[in-house]
Amino acid sequence: MLADKDRIFTNLYGYQSWQLGAAKKRGDWDNTKDIIEKGVDWIVNEMKSSGLRGRGGAGFPTGLKWSFMPRESDGRPHYLVVNADEGEPGTCKDREIMRHDPHKLLEGCLVAGFGMRAEAAYIYIRGEFVHEADVLDAAIEEAYAAGLIGENACGTGYKFDIYVHRGAGAYICGEETALIESIEGKKGQPRLKPPFPANVGLYGCPTTVNNVESIAVAPTILRRGGAWFAGLGRENNTGTKLFCISGHVNKPCNVEEEMGIPLKELIEKHAGGVRGGWDNLLAIIPGGSSVHMLPKDICDTVLMDFDSLRAEGSGLGTAAVIVMDKSTDIIRAIARLAAFYHHESCGQCTPCREGTGWMSRIMARMVTGEAELDEIDLLLDVTKKIEGHTICALGDAAAWPIQGLFRHFRPEVERRILAYKKSRNAA
Amino acid sequence: MPTLKIDGIEVEVEGGATVLQACEAAGIEIPRFCFHERLSISGNCRMCLVEMEKAPKLIASCAMPAGEGMIIHTNSDKVKRGREGVLEFTLMNHPLDCPVCDQGGECDLQDQYIAYSGDDARYEDERRIVAKEDFGPLVKTVMTRCIHCTRCVRFADEIAGVPALGGIGRGDHMEITTYQEQPFASELSGNVVDLCPVGALTNKPYAFSARPWELKSTETIDVHDAMGSSIRADARGREVMRFLPRVHEDVNEEWISDKTRQAVDGLKYNRLDQPYIRKGGKMQPASWEEAFEAISAKLKGVKGDKVAGIVGDLCDLESMYAFKGLLNDLGSSALECRQDGAKYGGRHRAGYLFNTSISGIDEADACLLVGTNPRKEAAVLNIRLRYLAKRGAIASVGAVENLSYPVEHLGDTVQALENLLAGKGKFTKALKAAKKPMIILGGGAVSHPDGAVILKLAHDIADKYGMISADWNGFNVLHHAASRVGAMDLGLVSDKGMNGILDGAEKGDIKLVFNLGVDEIDLSRLEKAFVIYQGSHGDEGVKYADVILPGVAYTEKPGTYINMEGRVQKAQRVIFGPGEARDDWTILRALSEKLGSTLPYDTIAQLREKMQADYPHFSNIDQVPNEDWPKSFGVAGKTSDVPIANLIDDFYQTNPIARSSKVMAECRQAYEGAKFEAEAMVTNG
Repeated sequence: MLADKDRIFTNLYGYQSWQLGAAKKRGDWDNTKDIIEKGVDWIVNEMKSSGLRGRGGAGFPTGLKWSFMPRESDGRPHYLVVNADEGEPGTCKDREIMRHDPHKLLEGCLVAGFGMRAEAAYIYIRGEFVHEADVLDAAIEEAYAAGLIGENACGTGYKFDIYVHRGAGAYICGEETALIESIEGKKGQPRLKPPFPANVGLYGCPTTVNNVESIAVAPTILRRGGAWFAGLGRENNTGTKLFCISGHVNKPCNVEEEMGIPLKELIEKHAGGVRGGWDNLLAIIPGGSSVHMLPKDICDTVLMDFDSLRAEGSGLGTAAVIVMDKSTDIIRAIARLAAFYHHESCGQCTPCREGTGWMSRIMARMVTGEAELDEIDLLLDVTKKIEGHTICALGDAAAWPIQGLFRHFRPEVERRILAYKKSRNAA
Repeated sequence: MPTLKIDGIEVEVEGGATVLQACEAAGIEIPRFCFHERLSISGNCRMCLVEMEKAPKLIASCAMPAGEGMIIHTNSDKVKRGREGVLEFTLMNHPLDCPVCDQGGECDLQDQYIAYSGDDARYEDERRIVAKEDFGPLVKTVMTRCIHCTRCVRFADEIAGVPALGGIGRGDHMEITTYQEQPFASELSGNVVDLCPVGALTNKPYAFSARPWELKSTETIDVHDAMGSSIRADARGREVMRFLPRVHEDVNEEWISDKTRQAVDGLKYNRLDQPYIRKGGKMQPASWEEAFEAISAKLKGVKGDKVAGIVGDLCDLESMYAFKGLLNDLGSSALECRQDGAKYGGRHRAGYLFNTSISGIDEADACLLVGTNPRKEAAVLNIRLRYLAKRGAIASVGAVENLSYPVEHLGDTVQALENLLAGKGKFTKALKAAKKPMIILGGGAVSHPDGAVILKLAHDIADKYGMISADWNGFNVLHHAASRVGAMDLGLVSDKGMNGILDGAEKGDIKLVFNLGVDEIDLSRLEKAFVIYQGSHGDEGVKYADVILPGVAYTEKPGTYINMEGRVQKAQRVIFGPGEARDDWTILRALSEKLGSTLPYDTIAQLREKMQADYPHFSNIDQVPNEDWPKSFGVAGKTSDVPIANLIDDFYQTNPIARSSKVMAECRQAYEGAKFEAEAMVTNG
């Protein structure tokens, strides 16, 4: 269990003020100049040695990502884009950071921006986060007024600006290239890769897109050293992580914990346990709606980190733990997710545009049982034909929850279909 | 130059090529809906998936740059399954209405279905229905058939320069639509029909009139402007049903203007299908013999110098050559082709050609437009100017119109050119800095009252700003008449110009005028003279004619045309003319016999042989000449401050065929010139 001294987000619950004075007392903006003066290479190396993996879901090593930015500018400015379009169902960690600890994010923008020779950071915030965007705006104003960012950020002579850009409510704009398109004022649709944003990103300039949490932990890592962060968690899955626990638990919460904490311990210790006791557990989606669900027997033992969950055929994703007890209609739950992806597909490429609707319609029928048994295999075949054939990962994300359902609960679906047939025959 | 291995075949491709292009280089066809060579890459249809070794997923070959050492498989099971899946998704919401779809028989989706279909349809839920869109009078839409390839959107943005199309909505609610329900107001709008891989966008005037397998295709040349665009004419029986573009990289690439494509119905209406003679003030049908008799009788006693011949915009070389022969034999030398009153002379070929060549525009890096709206005078050429505008500066002298790219306006009188020659103004800097600058004189410049002075000024500007060098000639005259360069080459010019002939007819100095297809000038001035009109359509020319000889239109005769670059191209007969109408040169040949000075050829082959002997460069088919740059042309002189206007007012009504077309009339009504005047992107220089 994470010791209090190792916590990064010390105001996660908003018991203290978010404002600059309070943030400074918590240690933010403490001698940031010192960090910057250690230079770009030191920052990137320290991030690499910390083993931090991107907190937005894909888990790509953050330090490595920063190092992809061109070392020499060819005249084009570099940009840091912070992905605060937190739309993954079940996820609410970035919201808490921006609401209660915005200065962690801003300081992170400065050091990360410096680490990639960026001129400015754009924080793309989800449109629904009205309060959080207001807080962020106010915090930025404070930081400018205190000389922490702007012309001469923290007295280092380095010029750095931060802008907040509000989204308009599209899940797909959380995909990094769609997000860039959206900032540019275009329709939010993912771009083709290559070229990758580190080459051709925002306004055609080298750009790195990072999740809010990845950026917000950076100043603490640099202050306390990459080795400290690497010392937490397991190898290749280091550090602390914000977990968002929701669903059928006694006390839904956000909590910062060490990577690799057993799932059961996480829930029992922080969320007050599953409603009706651990044995009442049906299944858990461990990383936001886009990953395979886990049935109880796996939940008993699995560790919460990238590699352990991957070994179980699921993923850590955004670490949004969605707990479902035995009262849950699991088919309906997944049908709801399928409807979500159908609604949020951007419509650019064929498999996702057409496939998400197809899956959603079949799933909707399976909830009532109005389907044929062989449609289960048809549906699985459809998920396979979407997976890996699309421009971005939304197609995959739409396919996986359904694959997860049938991997663990196929008999349940079959039962329902047969029960419906029986009731029809009786009538 | 990366080398790839595709299905075991090693290919080397140019840097920057995509995997799809590499596959094509290896002779492997990759199915695609969204990819198009001349549009940006969107990678959204996913039909071109291939397997790349070491990549975890299939890759979209259209979007993946070819890299050194890539190993690609295009026919593995994985690829086949992937494509089957994509095709199934594409067809999922695509209606099965092929029997009532005009694209049937030439539909990419049908073709791909044959190659990549899986089992029977497995999708059984509701299908998407999308409301029709109004794309204007030329493009019919059935948006339920749309597969969202976005080719039309990219064409509108990138090629037409009219960003009126876009996708709205998300997921399977996405719809391709026009901006705020306005029609797609582009003179190139018809091209989206060719681009659309399915039947979502089809040819509206042609709707339900023929199936592709009923059509006989003939490759020929267009005459609606002086581009000489390569076209394919599809005919059924004795009717031309439609025109499609053919690829000619140096001329029209693969685009044609809406007039080229859609004035096809003009070939059906207002046709002259038998000879007429004016008797008692009224035109009476007559036989060929009677018509020739009437001409012969009239010519008796008329001296050659009282006879004049005028030539219109759509004539082929053969008929103009025979025309010249006939009138010269009669003793007439008053022959004229410049019906717009252009002031260039016939002495220096470089003085009336588009010397840079059309594809040469792609090398230019600065351009001065004088008295021209290329969008109306040569719509397809304007595409290349749009690209030029992205690389270099474009300035204009003359009337301001929306050319679909930003233009610096230097003034609307000849004064602006004098200033430029004197080195005044900031555009001179752009011209000096440019490596390959060019000047384009449009119809409005050369037919201006001071046209000859403008020519001289343009000549000197070309000299002064380095537009002329060993491998570059930046002086250009932009013609809009298909016959013009050929007529100039044949020397169908007189000292006093078209006005001289009209004046002569008014004064009685000219007793007989032979009119070969002239319809665009005030022909009432010929009232006093005896007028023979030979042409295909009953347009302006016939109103003041005394004898009408029915010729045929460009689709109904083999003919040679020289486009504005001086490129000699052969057009073919697609169908035969209506009724008694005959190939124009044969009419002149027959008449010459009647008049007692038989022209010395009996077949078109003999005519061409003779013509090419007289004009050797006519045999250089499809070549662009490199003419010597003369020391001077035009005349120096004082200029007036008459503004330089553009010659073409209505793009859709420039010649008898277009004026006879109901579709062109509809276009005129739909747009009312609005698209050219709206928000011209002009800065004042």
